[in-house]
Amino acid sequence: MRNKFTTLISTAVPLPIENIDTDQIIPARFLKATTREGFGENLFRDWRYEKDGTPKQEFVMNSPIYSGEILIAGKNFGCGSSREHAAWAIDGAGFRAVVSSFFADIFRNNALNNGLLPVTVSEEMLQAIFSAVNENPATEIKINLEEQTIEIVGSNKRESFEIAPYKKQCLMNGYDDVDYLVSIRQEIEEFEKTR
Amino acid sequence: MNTLFDKIWDAHTVRTIDGGSCVLYIDRQYIHEVTSPQAFAGLRRRGIEVFRPAQVTASPDHNIPTQNQHLPIAEPQSAEQVATLERNCAERGITIFPIGSERNGIIHVIGPQTGLTQPGMTIVCGDSHTSTHGALGCIAFGIGTSEVEMALASQCILQSKPKSMRINIEGELKKGVCSKDIILYIISKLGTGGGTGHFVEFAGSAIRSLSMEARMTICNMSIEMGARGGMIAPDQTTFDYLKGREFAPQGTAWDEAVERWSKLRSDDDAVFDKEVTFSAEDIEPMITYGTNPGMGIAINSEIPTSDDMDAASKASYAKALNYMGFAEGEKMIGKQVDYVFVGSCTNGRIEDLRAFAHFVKGKKKADNVIAWIVPGSKEVERLAIEEGLKDILNEAGFELRQPGCSACLAMNEDKIPAGKYCVATSNRNFEGRQGPDARTMLAGPLVAAAAAVTGVVTDPRELM
Repeated sequence: MRNKFTTLISTAVPLPIENIDTDQIIPARFLKATTREGFGENLFRDWRYEKDGTPKQEFVMNSPIYSGEILIAGKNFGCGSSREHAAWAIDGAGFRAVVSSFFADIFRNNALNNGLLPVTVSEEMLQAIFSAVNENPATEIKINLEEQTIEIVGSNKRESFEIAPYKKQCLMNGYDDVDYLVSIRQEIEEFEKTR
Repeated sequence: MNTLFDKIWDAHTVRTIDGGSCVLYIDRQYIHEVTSPQAFAGLRRRGIEVFRPAQVTASPDHNIPTQNQHLPIAEPQSAEQVATLERNCAERGITIFPIGSERNGIIHVIGPQTGLTQPGMTIVCGDSHTSTHGALGCIAFGIGTSEVEMALASQCILQSKPKSMRINIEGELKKGVCSKDIILYIISKLGTGGGTGHFVEFAGSAIRSLSMEARMTICNMSIEMGARGGMIAPDQTTFDYLKGREFAPQGTAWDEAVERWSKLRSDDDAVFDKEVTFSAEDIEPMITYGTNPGMGIAINSEIPTSDDMDAASKASYAKALNYMGFAEGEKMIGKQVDYVFVGSCTNGRIEDLRAFAHFVKGKKKADNVIAWIVPGSKEVERLAIEEGLKDILNEAGFELRQPGCSACLAMNEDKIPAGKYCVATSNRNFEGRQGPDARTMLAGPLVAAAAAVTGVVTDPRELM
């Protein structure tokens, strides 16, 4: 059972770069663990730290100005490798949602399977969020999963977003797919006989 | 009016649940050391067995060394991951092709090579380049570790049905142009998100004319345009390739299979959600200049300018060129090359090694270049030795290493040093992909060979 996701109100960390691939999110050399824990500290490793481990001051996650449980990123976020470690790293660094105008398919599935909500907004909304957070880093973003809406708190900027009904139920109730699939093993066996 | 994709997908749908998520039955699951340990740990925590161990095959490939494979793996974490895979397979009755054994290799090379991958199947693996197998006319795609666990637990995964897309390449390829150039060309036209949400069927006369291995290179990189996967309808080329392979059907079962497989094609009136057609004559040898596989150009042309881009794209573009140490408008020909990497699930098969070896035969490796020639499997290595390719390579100053994913993602010792330029036949040129601050230029085996003997980016046609 995972944490349930309902409504999230938080400040946000802006990363206005397009096509952020999973090699940037978590470089391959950090994929050698055999557990799911500990990837958060290497999230965006080579953008976030110098080779000797000193934080790079110019990277947004090292800025004292920005914080929060929502990551805002440029379009085509999560492209490249299927490594679920990318979702584990973002989750492990304390984020509960990622907002972008476009997500790569495998990353989106991986995020959903880990209770990390990918929210697809229009390019216009994405730029509005970047501007708002840029102008005032204390700007809060509200994500309501039940209603499938995202808004910039204190403004009239509000949009609805899509999510598969089944996945929404999983997130809201903390269910996962393995439990479901194991529960229908008998039906799967019947299916095998017909092939 | 169904597409090939529809036919295979629908035949594997156990049930559809609300909102369109499908319980999709999986014929074959491939696993490797990096994305499976947490899935087995999940099964252990839940106290459940692998549902159909006979349909799962494992091969360690991502972080194994490509030299001295007879010795224990020196790097402790890699050794632990490989040992964990071996232990999990032994405990759960899953077939594994251990490091150094005759069937070991990159999982996407050995699936087709052993005949485990067959037309009409559904195949998953915790690796985005699982799309490679689609070249044999099956639905194959990469999944995350949670989905690896689902497939181990139930031989099914939950998945929304992607949209359909067909990419046609019509006409005849020019001399010196290979299938890697076709796929780099397509991605440069459609972008790294151009196929997102879609499953692609590659078709057209130029695709039909390709060998089986050349088709694998194309399907392999369909993920690099964001597509869920890529596939090519099976035909005589497919059947000739599979016939007699170890796990392919034999005897009367073979004849029945071919009859069944021959029907696997999109109906003439099938409608795709998206369809694009390119002319084969427009494709030149390609090379990438940036930090995603969509940033590719004809080798003779200049790095594009950002004049027509919007502000958001401009910033990302500048970041990419800055990382590469390149400027807008520069020519690629003549650019410095420090390393050449030939290998990976994209271009590590015997045809790739043949193309490279024939090109460098009688020539010499440039002194400024360090070259790693890495076969995609033990079988590819064996053939390279048997066919005399290894001797040709050695004579030209190259060394044939042992199989593995190697410098494609640099999880083992094969890392490109910071700041160095590598012409690589692999699939990704992301920042740091081949090692921290390494700079990758993606290309086919001929462009790699031309770079290896001249020491700079060179049009291979000038030396052919």
